[in-house]
Amino acid sequence: MTALLEPTLEPTVTPPTRFSVNLRQSGIYIAFAAIIVLFEILTSGSLLEPQNISNIIVQNSYILILAIGMILIIIAGHIDLSAGSVVAVTGAVSAVLMVNLDVPWPLAIAATLVVGGLIGAWQGFWIAYFGIPAFIVTLAGMLIFRALTMTVLGNQGIGPFPDDVRTLANGFTPGFLKNVGLGALGGADLFTLVVGLAVVAGIVGVQWRARAARLGYGQVVDTMPVFVAKVAGASLVLMYIIVQLARFKNLPWVLVLLAVLVLAYTLLSQRTVFGRHIYAVGGNLQAAGLSGVKVKSVTFWIFVNMGILASVAGVIFAGRLNQAGPTAGGSFELDAIAAAFIGGAAVQGGVGKVVGAITGGLIMAVINNGMSLIGSPSERVMLVKGLVLLAAVAFDVWAKRRAGRSR
Amino acid sequence: MSDAILQMSGITKTFPGVTALSDVNLTVRRGEIHAICGENGAGKSTLMKVLSGVYPHGTYSGEILFEGEPCTFGGIRDSERRGIVIIHQELALIPHLSIAENIFLGNERVHRGLIDWNRTNADATALLARVGLHENPVTPSMDLGVGKQQLVEIAKALSKQVRLLILDEPTAALNDEDSAHLLDLLRGLRDEGITCVIISHKLNEIEAIADSTTILRDGRTIETLDMHGAGVSEDRIISGMVGRDLEHRFPPHESKIGDEVLRIEDWTVHSPTQHGRVVVSNANLTLRRGEIVGLAGLMGAGRTELAMSVFGRSYGIDISGRVYKDGQQIELRTVGEAIRHGIAYATEDRKRYGLNLIEDIKRNISGAALNKLSRRGWVDDNREYQVAESYRGSLNIKARGVGAVTGTLSGGNQQKVVLAKWIFTDPDVLILDEPTRGIDVGAKYEIYTIINQLADQGKAILVISSELPELLGICDRIYALSAGRVTGEVDRDSATPERLMQLMTRVKE
Repeated sequence: MTALLEPTLEPTVTPPTRFSVNLRQSGIYIAFAAIIVLFEILTSGSLLEPQNISNIIVQNSYILILAIGMILIIIAGHIDLSAGSVVAVTGAVSAVLMVNLDVPWPLAIAATLVVGGLIGAWQGFWIAYFGIPAFIVTLAGMLIFRALTMTVLGNQGIGPFPDDVRTLANGFTPGFLKNVGLGALGGADLFTLVVGLAVVAGIVGVQWRARAARLGYGQVVDTMPVFVAKVAGASLVLMYIIVQLARFKNLPWVLVLLAVLVLAYTLLSQRTVFGRHIYAVGGNLQAAGLSGVKVKSVTFWIFVNMGILASVAGVIFAGRLNQAGPTAGGSFELDAIAAAFIGGAAVQGGVGKVVGAITGGLIMAVINNGMSLIGSPSERVMLVKGLVLLAAVAFDVWAKRRAGRSR
Repeated sequence: MSDAILQMSGITKTFPGVTALSDVNLTVRRGEIHAICGENGAGKSTLMKVLSGVYPHGTYSGEILFEGEPCTFGGIRDSERRGIVIIHQELALIPHLSIAENIFLGNERVHRGLIDWNRTNADATALLARVGLHENPVTPSMDLGVGKQQLVEIAKALSKQVRLLILDEPTAALNDEDSAHLLDLLRGLRDEGITCVIISHKLNEIEAIADSTTILRDGRTIETLDMHGAGVSEDRIISGMVGRDLEHRFPPHESKIGDEVLRIEDWTVHSPTQHGRVVVSNANLTLRRGEIVGLAGLMGAGRTELAMSVFGRSYGIDISGRVYKDGQQIELRTVGEAIRHGIAYATEDRKRYGLNLIEDIKRNISGAALNKLSRRGWVDDNREYQVAESYRGSLNIKARGVGAVTGTLSGGNQQKVVLAKWIFTDPDVLILDEPTRGIDVGAKYEIYTIINQLADQGKAILVISSELPELLGICDRIYALSAGRVTGEVDRDSATPERLMQLMTRVKE
């Protein structure tokens, strides 16, 4: 059956075009792999040590969470400069609730998420319904919410957080099952390995079914060898990370959270009507409005969403430091914006992917981590990150122009 | 030829994978108006870009002689220095700068490093007088209509001591009155000794104004016609452009007209920007099943404004009046409500308002009716693919596949994507605003065929068009709109261009 439907592959697609298109879409992942290999060599293997992988994920989780919200905002053609301040103010709110008022932590976290949503609604209102550019509204928000942070905290740090919250932000899943020996690799957490295998099996199953469905509709799909190579490659990389994590401690809780968020937001952006509307609004605002998309409501809700994600990041960041401080979250918004653009978002909006933004964030995380491992001073790290951001966007612009010219 | 001001010979220009121009020859005589015709993609704009240095010397092969001397332009500045000025279809005035500032942009009147405003404005006034534009030179250019902006562009060209003026589709966005004025102006410039090259789709204008016409097809020169010679007509040019005799520019069609679908009564709309201005005034319209109805009017008559205000109040404020669908009064407060009531509106400017140009064909087609492809908010992208593919087939959208980005398609194919998007919403009433603007003759014919098929399916079609022959060619009935009022209604049999023009220019008390 598969063989019968294969001829629907379009013969008009010339190999060079296909290659350049692929390069533009997958350039970011190739660059990510190259950067990992580079630092693995420069650090003589320290980069991919079990503990270091765990560190990279835990230390950057809040930026990655912000990047998920930020990419949706950038796809819709807006920007959010207030994310760092919202991280600070929501962290402060959660600290006051848990530490000063002794509210049980699950309730306190829920309340903090509501506060984050309200902050997003406030900004979304001015942007969507009042028509003030997001740049201005969130610049004002950056000041306002920083000021509120200081007011809430009374200009001092509040801590320590309950143990459960610290575990969520900084800790690991308990070994529900026992450790197993992996021969030369030493002991590893069985639960982590089981989860990893389940995830890989899930990915293979979903991809297989999606391919079969596409073939059923006569769409162009990867040929079987390419498909197998892609899925096998992704599975191997994933299993490698899982095994390394299992060898160190167990699964970090934030990794579980992050995985759930990435999956949920990828589905939201690619498979739901709401997600499609975000792309439509960013691609052509007027055309979207004249197609019946509720443009204002879409804009409003992506800012509410950003507020909620910022409050998640706020709780995790405060929990990790075990204290909510007045300077928390400084310049986080810039890291999240950089992650989105390195990950292939377009300045004009309408383009971008959640996975891309996460990859962009991880590229910066690996540069940060790798350079500090080899003892580079922080000014050099900043310099390199700046150049990488510029290079990534320059590559995208160049690829776009080349694609335009070859028509 | 001694009196040739410009000779381009053997021009070949290739892009990766495409030959845009192949051995093209063009000879323009001194002091004439020379038209260049061809379907979209025939290579007209590419040829003009080669001439004006947008594609610098060395990126093409062939020879250009201007006033007997070979040209090796490295950029637009080089060609302008020689007196070759091109005015592009998309006008390039800067909205917040004054007329005078725009005219002398890049060519400022300077005294010791500072701008001499007196001389700037005085010179601008003199230039404006030459093009017959009576405006204060300090007026911001955004306050001018398209027709006047076009004149400012010409004034700008005159300020550069132009000897060869190239106009790319100068009347595409102009109403008939402004077009006539522009053509008169070109005749005047010709009498002053300025040679003009004009690219146009409007063959009646070419027939009226050009001294000779060069026809391009598929990147090759087909022929150059002497327009004062015998037997040269619009049909002659068309047959050269399409390479076949196009007996009928409009497909034959017999409408089967049924019951009333949509009735608009006492429709009044006010301008959102100019306080108190009535844009549409007490308009009454009726559309019936299977009927193709035209809406004629000059630029500014309120055609688009009427359509958009009905389509979910997408334009205007203080809208009053009633809309009946199948005899029931309905409210159309949002675009979503209009779509649910079976009304579709394909916009006049498809690039700005109709398409998401960075998105692919299938997502554009599904854009107005995602609810039909989704369950509980989840989009079935396999069915989306299937639906888009079926429209690609039935509407003959020429593209690599439905994954092709719409920004890379030609105008005609983009318009078909817009039509597919609205057909997929399964409307009873389709409002098509300038459905064939800026697309070539062959694609127009296809669009007309699609319109006829839609009418045969029992849909009511309202066509808004600036081209009277088009309305006369495809409509069963035509409403004329003048200054926001419906000034008349004529049937297919009694409609003539003269009668319509009379109604379109009538001022009701």
